Amino acid sequence: MANILEAKKVTKRFGGLVAVNAVDFNIPEKSIVSIIGPNGAGKTTFFNCITGFGRPDEGEIIFEGNPIQRLRPDQITRLGISRTYQNIRLFADMTALENILVGEHSFLHSSWISSVLGLPGVIHEEKTALAEAQRLLDFIGLRGKGDMLARNLPYGAQRRLEIARALATRPKLLLLDEPSAGMNPRESEDLTGFIHRLRDELGITILLIEHHMRVVMGISEAVTVLDYGEKIAEGTPAEIQSNPRVIEAYLGRGAATEGMATAHERFTGIKKSN
Amino acid sequence: MKKENFIWNAVKMGLLGGAIAIFICLVGMTEIFSKRDVIEKVITLGQFVLLTTIMAMGFIASRRTSDLFGENRPVMNLTAGLVAGLVTGLILALFVFIGLHVNLRTVFLNASPPLYKLLTFGKGEGNIWPLPLIGAGGGMVGAAFLLLPAIYRGPLTRALLFSFFMALFSGLFRVVMINQKGGIAKAAKYLFGQTGLTWAGTFIFFFTVLIIAFLWNFRGKEIQAGISRLPKRGQLSLRILVFLIILYIAIGLPTVSGPFIAQVIVTVALFILMGLGLNITLGFAGLLDLGFVAFYAIGAYTVGLLTSYGPFGLQHISFWVAVPIAVLVAMMFGAILGLPVLGVRGDYLAIATLGFGEIVRLLAGSDFLAKYFGGPQGIIGIQKPCIGTLAPFVKVDVPRVCNGIELGTVQTIYYVAIASALLIAFVAWRLRESRLGRAWMAIREDEDVAEALGINLIQTKLLAYMLGAAFAGLGGAIFATLIGSIFATSMQLIVSINVVALIVVGGMGSIPGVIVGAIALIGLPELLREVSEFRYLIYGLVLIIMMLARPEGLWPSSAAKRELHHADAENVTAESMV
Amino acid sequence: MRTSPGERLLDLAVSGFLWGFRILIIAAILIGTISAIRAGKYSGDQWIGFVVLGISQGSIYALIALGYTMVYGILRMINFAHGEIFMSGAFSAYFLAAWLNNTGFIDRNPILGLLIPILFAMIMSASIAMLVERIAYRPLREAPRLVPLISAIGASFFLQYTFRGFFGPGVYAYPPIKALDGQWNIFGFGILKVQIIVAIAAAIMMAILFSIVQYTKVGKAMRAVSEDKDTAALMGIDVNRIIVTTFAVGAAMAGAAGVLYSLIYRQVFFLMGFTPGIKAFTSAVLGGIGNIPGAMVGGLVLGIFESIGPSLFLEGLGITRPYQLKDVIAYTMLVMILLFRPSGILGERLTKKKA
Repeated sequence: MANILEAKKVTKRFGGLVAVNAVDFNIPEKSIVSIIGPNGAGKTTFFNCITGFGRPDEGEIIFEGNPIQRLRPDQITRLGISRTYQNIRLFADMTALENILVGEHSFLHSSWISSVLGLPGVIHEEKTALAEAQRLLDFIGLRGKGDMLARNLPYGAQRRLEIARALATRPKLLLLDEPSAGMNPRESEDLTGFIHRLRDELGITILLIEHHMRVVMGISEAVTVLDYGEKIAEGTPAEIQSNPRVIEAYLGRGAATEGMATAHERFTGIKKSN
Repeated sequence: MKKENFIWNAVKMGLLGGAIAIFICLVGMTEIFSKRDVIEKVITLGQFVLLTTIMAMGFIASRRTSDLFGENRPVMNLTAGLVAGLVTGLILALFVFIGLHVNLRTVFLNASPPLYKLLTFGKGEGNIWPLPLIGAGGGMVGAAFLLLPAIYRGPLTRALLFSFFMALFSGLFRVVMINQKGGIAKAAKYLFGQTGLTWAGTFIFFFTVLIIAFLWNFRGKEIQAGISRLPKRGQLSLRILVFLIILYIAIGLPTVSGPFIAQVIVTVALFILMGLGLNITLGFAGLLDLGFVAFYAIGAYTVGLLTSYGPFGLQHISFWVAVPIAVLVAMMFGAILGLPVLGVRGDYLAIATLGFGEIVRLLAGSDFLAKYFGGPQGIIGIQKPCIGTLAPFVKVDVPRVCNGIELGTVQTIYYVAIASALLIAFVAWRLRESRLGRAWMAIREDEDVAEALGINLIQTKLLAYMLGAAFAGLGGAIFATLIGSIFATSMQLIVSINVVALIVVGGMGSIPGVIVGAIALIGLPELLREVSEFRYLIYGLVLIIMMLARPEGLWPSSAAKRELHHADAENVTAESMV
Repeated sequence: MRTSPGERLLDLAVSGFLWGFRILIIAAILIGTISAIRAGKYSGDQWIGFVVLGISQGSIYALIALGYTMVYGILRMINFAHGEIFMSGAFSAYFLAAWLNNTGFIDRNPILGLLIPILFAMIMSASIAMLVERIAYRPLREAPRLVPLISAIGASFFLQYTFRGFFGPGVYAYPPIKALDGQWNIFGFGILKVQIIVAIAAAIMMAILFSIVQYTKVGKAMRAVSEDKDTAALMGIDVNRIIVTTFAVGAAMAGAAGVLYSLIYRQVFFLMGFTPGIKAFTSAVLGGIGNIPGAMVGGLVLGIFESIGPSLFLEGLGITRPYQLKDVIAYTMLVMILLFRPSGILGERLTKKKA
């Protein structure tokens, strides 16, 4: 399977701090992959490099065969990459529908002049856009709530709305930054199902940053681990769970020697039946 | 313990009240406001303002008392009010006493004999004792107000406010109505005295509104429900009817009321134009442009240069051709001034644009560029608009003859101004509901996320500057024609701040808000000479109070309104949401 | 969807424009300077005079700029009303000085006659600033950026017109200190005494401020709060008190600047705070906002540029009556810095980079 995204030796510095250090990273088409790592490992910075918020100081990022590391964020979005944010960044004072409509921006072509004049082309285009927004609203389970202000939606609904908004940009690759933060186990399960639908029904490749190990291990086909900006491990969930370097990164040097089973338990939250 | 606390609280309120009262006196308001009566020969505006301060302090003291005790305790509340008012009165009396013995005038200009005369009711030193008494009484009245049941308070406040407004504008009403036919003129004399309301007028206004407000309290919800139960067609027809009524009044107004009011409305209309323009840049897109007045000036100068029959007029073309050109030139400058500052954020943007605006002003008025822009004397002799053809140019300094209708007077320019304001309001409304409008709002909310959703920041921000500039340029073009000349001094920073203020007070991003803001901040001071003296003082105060109490404005945009609506809907559907 | 050619053109236009702007300004300065020096209109004496005026003016801007930069450092807000604090210092000092002058006190004790009004001005300005902070800024600390800015604009107007109301729209003449009349002869150049005293006084105050901020406990607390308010609070620092202190200290500096300004220009009126306020803000940005030595450097640079600018390059460009455009130089510097190097000369310690 071809890779939809290839990152080669991506490096990003902030003054003296190297946030991302020569990271190589490939995402196969239509897969669901995750990046994990302790806090401050550089995961969000890496996301930012992909989406154009901060050019990498070194390295290349190739999307569908085209280098994108020098492009502006809006250009990258139009090529087919979209994201959600760690702390939800919805347009709080706009309605749910309006949030999604903003996502459709690049697919609408009416100029402001024709909008002012109320030309038939514009009216038709706006109707279509609204229908599409309603459809997306439906898809995330918020049918009928389109006129609510984003700030008044409950937390779970806000997270889903952010995803809907990202979907409106018709991405081929969707980056989700800690989508299950603040969710209880049942909500996380729903989220996992939802992510699967995104890939299975809409053919979108998914890249996740996650801390919820259950979600990560349950959903990912491949997991990459970053620590202090470097890639320290890559592989299937099972491989990562038993990798001592990974455990050490999360729980400290002592943990690796403490006993793999106990560390494993703590790490994954899964008690080995024995 | 609470007992001593509440008295001490009341004393603090009294001290504050005293400070405010002395401030009002020292700043000169008491004297100047005393020239106007609220109720003719009974109470002057100056006295009214001081009295209101006392009553307000009484009210607040009463409220704090209720807070301390957790409930209303009539005796305590009234005592608090009395104490607060008394202290205020005492401080004022003390002030008069000191002022009569120590010459404060070397420092404070207004601490003069006329002021003391006013405060002692004309009787001089012996007569300072009324002040504490009035203070005590006023304070109790203010405190009592809190004790009234809520259904009485609302209507009472509205009735008072309405009567007060009628009193402020009584002079205007009288002048307008007295020139009408019989019945109206008689009514005018009955209701409005020379300098304030008559007793009759006061009673009639006060009780009429009181009764109406009272009835509304009981029946109002039903009426509102009845209206919303009307089919959509019905509601729309109702709105159109209201709009047509307002339009009818607007069209007929200048002939009825004379040039002064027409002039004020023209000024308000022009500030609405500019406000709508800045509303796009600031209200929709969130870009604080303090150099905004420069675009107004560019529109004005362009029209001046193109139509003036004086020596600086480059071409001498008709108003109707010059105005679109002025708008285009302003748009171009919007792009030019906007381009460099695209990457600048927040406070810095405000200062950078302020710098630009000042640079334009200084250059326009300089001797260096005087041969193009007329230097400090500016450009004069701007041709009035003509519906018809203009005779060919005869010689400099002489207006060209208009073969048709010349819109030369304020009343006629009035129509141009109103029509433009309506047109631009329409355009602004369409823009807001469009894809571009959404893009602007997204940028205002969160610029980075907007960019990540595919919005080209450069294009979108530039359009915000350009369209905002276009509206301002239109305003400048019309105003220049109205006055017939343009000087660099008319593009002071204060005009930009005026426009920012009226948007903020009216409600940022809200089109009706701009209209309300313009009427409140531009129209009112123009209509009330005495207020005009302290215009900027009140501006500053209003800005601070609005930001503290109601930053969303007087007539917020529908987003804020929807927030209030859906609070109810949300309670109903809470369970249906996960 | 790729970038449209229209978009690429626009990007090109923007960069082209910005570069063109830079080149235009630099060229203008160079050409003007060269022609001015060639024309040789001004003598060495006069140039020195310009420079000294620039230094004294610049020191005044620097003093005011300190207030802007400290408040911005702590609250990330531009205190629009700071220019009016400067004005209030001038007014307070004026009334005291006028009274002292009447009794002949100033002539007998020139040093005290200088110090006492300055002290009084500092106290009054600090008080007014603390009042403004309490009423117009403190309740708005958590509000979005625009809201306190507008409140500050409101405060600015309110102060201006309150002073107008109290003291009238006229211009008051600050009483001259006879001991400061005339010139001193330094290295063969005649330099106005007033300007030197002003520069020295300003320098002393800046030194005092700098030591307070660097070496005292309060100063350390101020720096901590401006770095990270929340952590400072966790360290046991009373953030509110520190904020108020910052306002007070900055205002005191501005108040003193008001007196120094009046000594040179002698005119005290209610609008006098506006232009120096903006220029002081420019200085703060020039040196790097949030950076105290930066404010001092920025002030001096602006003062000197503004003073020699008209004669040095404006006149060389053939501009008539260049002093009218003196302010244009200041505003242009402001715009240039904001566009091209918002972190200022000494660098902003507070830039928040894009993630």
